[in-house]
Amino acid sequence: MTGSTEWPLWEVFVRSRRGLSHTHAGSLHAPDAEMALRNARDLYTRRNEGVSIWVVPSAEITASSPDEKDSFFEPSADKPYRHPTFYDIPEGVKHL
Amino acid sequence: MTPTPTTPAPSATEAAPAATPAPDAPAVHTAALALGDDALVLSHRLGEWAGHAPVLEEEVALANIALDLLGQARVLLSLAGDEDELAYLREERSFRNLQLVEQPNGDFAHTIARQLYFSVYQNLMYGQLAATDSPLAPLAAKAVKEVAYHQDHAEQWTLRLGDGTAESHERMQRGVDALWRFTGEMFAPVAGLDLDREALREQWTATVTAVLQKATLTVPEGPQSGAWTAGAGREGLHTESFGRMLAEMQHLHRSHPGASW
Repeated sequence: MTGSTEWPLWEVFVRSRRGLSHTHAGSLHAPDAEMALRNARDLYTRRNEGVSIWVVPSAEITASSPDEKDSFFEPSADKPYRHPTFYDIPEGVKHL
Repeated sequence: MTPTPTTPAPSATEAAPAATPAPDAPAVHTAALALGDDALVLSHRLGEWAGHAPVLEEEVALANIALDLLGQARVLLSLAGDEDELAYLREERSFRNLQLVEQPNGDFAHTIARQLYFSVYQNLMYGQLAATDSPLAPLAAKAVKEVAYHQDHAEQWTLRLGDGTAESHERMQRGVDALWRFTGEMFAPVAGLDLDREALREQWTATVTAVLQKATLTVPEGPQSGAWTAGAGREGLHTESFGRMLAEMQHLHRSHPGASW
């Protein structure tokens, strides 16, 4: 499969139902955005998994570094007032 | 072949060869068999790409299209008789598919050219069929959505290969040229298919011409059928490679009749 290495990598985000956010489903190779959308449809939504697809060039994603995990995420863990934990979630709300 | 009222009925011991439709079978059987064989044979050809496609993503795409077609074939062949007997126990001359769909895969561009010609035809044909009161109309209405995607897939690739590199352009043009002579058969009348064939041909030509021109390809000018085709696939006459394809497709079932998983 040497040919596939020449095609850019794309990240696929699928919205499974209206009202939900797009969530990351996986990645694939494609020559351009249009073909990436079609490949995503074939790979990730053949069984009614989605109503909408986003594809993003993997190279365009800037990710946080695992080495910076502590400085990025740790400081907020011990400040309970930052977390909305004091609300009652109304019945019937599933995706809050 | 034409039974008259005075012809005695064939005796029970003199059974017809397995699953070959009787000459007086309803016309809708003929139509279901023709369309079902198109779908079955092309499905098998596309399945041959498994493990051989240029990239994994495209292999999955072709397999998905093959599975859509296999689903259509199962419904259509079941309308004409027993689906397994029809698929696995018929001889080459009993198949009624277009010669176009049995053509070997060739390179990827060749396969895409075959997909373009056939999916545009199938999309228009199912579209017309869905609006009739034929027993095949419900299947056509369902399948037309699948086939619209097949057509989109073929168009996207035709544009990219035709308007791509010098090499891809040359290969795509070669595929388009080589298969052109098999396209005339799509517009021949089929018993039980009440279609506006003139509109079918006009719309097919307009669609294919537009895609090829946009892809910077030349629309072939040669005849859309050769004298040697002699009534061709719908009459049970097939090209050389079809026998080998059938041998592979039927081998397992013929070696182990009635076997199941």
